[in-house]
Amino acid sequence: MKRASSTRLVVAIPYLWLLALFLVPFAIVVKISLSQTVIASPPYRPLLDLAAGWEGLRSYVAHLSTDAYALLASDPLYLTSYLKSLHVAAVSTVILLLIGYPIAYGMARSPRRLQPVLVMLVVLPFWTSFLIRVYAWINILQRDGLLNEVLLALHIIDAPRAWLASDTAIYIGVVYSYLPFMVLPLYAALEKINQSLLEAAADLGCPRWKAFWRVTVPLSRTGIAAGALLCFIPIVGEFVIPDLLGGSKSLMIGQTLWTEFFSNRDWPVASAIAVVLLIVLVVPILVYERLQRRAIEGTD
Amino acid sequence: MRRLSAFNVVSLALGLAFLYLPIVILVIFSFNASRLVTVWGGWSLAWYRELLQDQAILDAAWTSLRVAALSASAATVLGTCAAVALVRMGRFRGRLLFAGMVYAPLVMPEVITGLSLLLLFVALNVDRGFWTVALAHTTLTMCFVTVIVQSRLIGFDRSLEEAAMDLGAPPLRTFLTITLPLILPAIAAGWMLAFSLSLDDLVIASFTTGPGATTLPIRIYSQVRLGVKPEINAICTIMIAVVGVATVLSSLFAKRSAIRRERGALAAQV
Repeated sequence: MKRASSTRLVVAIPYLWLLALFLVPFAIVVKISLSQTVIASPPYRPLLDLAAGWEGLRSYVAHLSTDAYALLASDPLYLTSYLKSLHVAAVSTVILLLIGYPIAYGMARSPRRLQPVLVMLVVLPFWTSFLIRVYAWINILQRDGLLNEVLLALHIIDAPRAWLASDTAIYIGVVYSYLPFMVLPLYAALEKINQSLLEAAADLGCPRWKAFWRVTVPLSRTGIAAGALLCFIPIVGEFVIPDLLGGSKSLMIGQTLWTEFFSNRDWPVASAIAVVLLIVLVVPILVYERLQRRAIEGTD
Repeated sequence: MRRLSAFNVVSLALGLAFLYLPIVILVIFSFNASRLVTVWGGWSLAWYRELLQDQAILDAAWTSLRVAALSASAATVLGTCAAVALVRMGRFRGRLLFAGMVYAPLVMPEVITGLSLLLLFVALNVDRGFWTVALAHTTLTMCFVTVIVQSRLIGFDRSLEEAAMDLGAPPLRTFLTITLPLILPAIAAGWMLAFSLSLDDLVIASFTTGPGATTLPIRIYSQVRLGVKPEINAICTIMIAVVGVATVLSSLFAKRSAIRRERGALAAQV
């Protein structure tokens, strides 16, 4: 079928936009991760001088350096940072699943009329600013904050505790901020489950907990996978939450990248951190895309 | 027959309380007369008055609103095109890469997106500021618009479009007179999501901004790093109110148009 040129533009415009502003920038990150830091503007060398033609390209390639990657491999600071990010993301994802599943399950079992309202109630905090929601927790967790006051009043603790600047605070902030991302895909999967399957299980004498475990959970697999990836991947690169709620002892990789870039002005190392992070995340991202394509388009 | 067990009710109640309690506390304390955040000194609008005199915050809010309006509008056009391309164009060459580039930004860590866009702007030798932030936000938010419009396009009956085409309407005309009105609620929802995501973004804006284009989140972030201040509670409350009202209004609007559509369909059958 031959298409009119106006139809072709519908594909071409967003395609070119994403190529220029999403894919090409990654190539530039890779390019700069292979250069060296200098005190200049821009703060890295070698620069690719296309005006010098073939000579320029040859001298550019000759001066490429893997120093940034060598630093990443030799200084344990970076490895610790990556491991901490993966650890925080994995633990938070498990906590999110444990908290999110009962909420999504409750939503899916609510009367039909009530469900859109519940969905909106879960989505609404997602529309309010991320920064504001993290900030709200500073109000609560600080030394003379509400959490300490409530715990003191209930005589659970004797002296105010430092909740802020700890990993606990990071987990609270992450779980709080990402909860809607976990609940919504789970709800979407649970809501589709045919109730007659559970009735059949009950008729055949299967106890409710067992029916839940053998029927409901397997049928919500795609929701579990989508929710887990939708949380895990961005949490690994999270910056705002650990920066505002976490301590300064060990940084997550998003913070390390930020510091290298903004404080140390070391663009090659910041780029190398981004490249390695992308390599770490490429498999989860591809799996997520596959799920997303299947969920939306019904194809593989 | 669905029955809510006590367990379902409790988990729903606790879940919603967890989601809303911190926000409610923040809103209440924005009306606190005391400068100490945790001591209740009676109701007061002092921090809102102070906010009106803080020129830096007001400038930042104005910048943010302009960036958000511009980038949300551009993202809605681009995202709608991308959704139409993905749903209606069949298997064109490079479709897999295209779909990949649409879905990846939804989960891509912001530090990576921010850094890569900044390095692009540096490589192109563009002056950083208002326009670079708007470009960056357009790129990020168009993907969210695409997903929203895409699910709407998949969900609706194509027979109306086919009827128009059979009667000789050219594709563009069919799109403008039949498809566009039908997917309008999704487009509106996409614009709103893009707008609020842009208004919200700290990380990508920090990377791609330049002198003279401080957005509201950047301003709030630099204040928050210095500690909790009642003025911040006030500005946050205003932002929550704006987003809350807009969301409720848009869902009412969507519901009304759905009801009207159903009535129209009923009338057509009679």
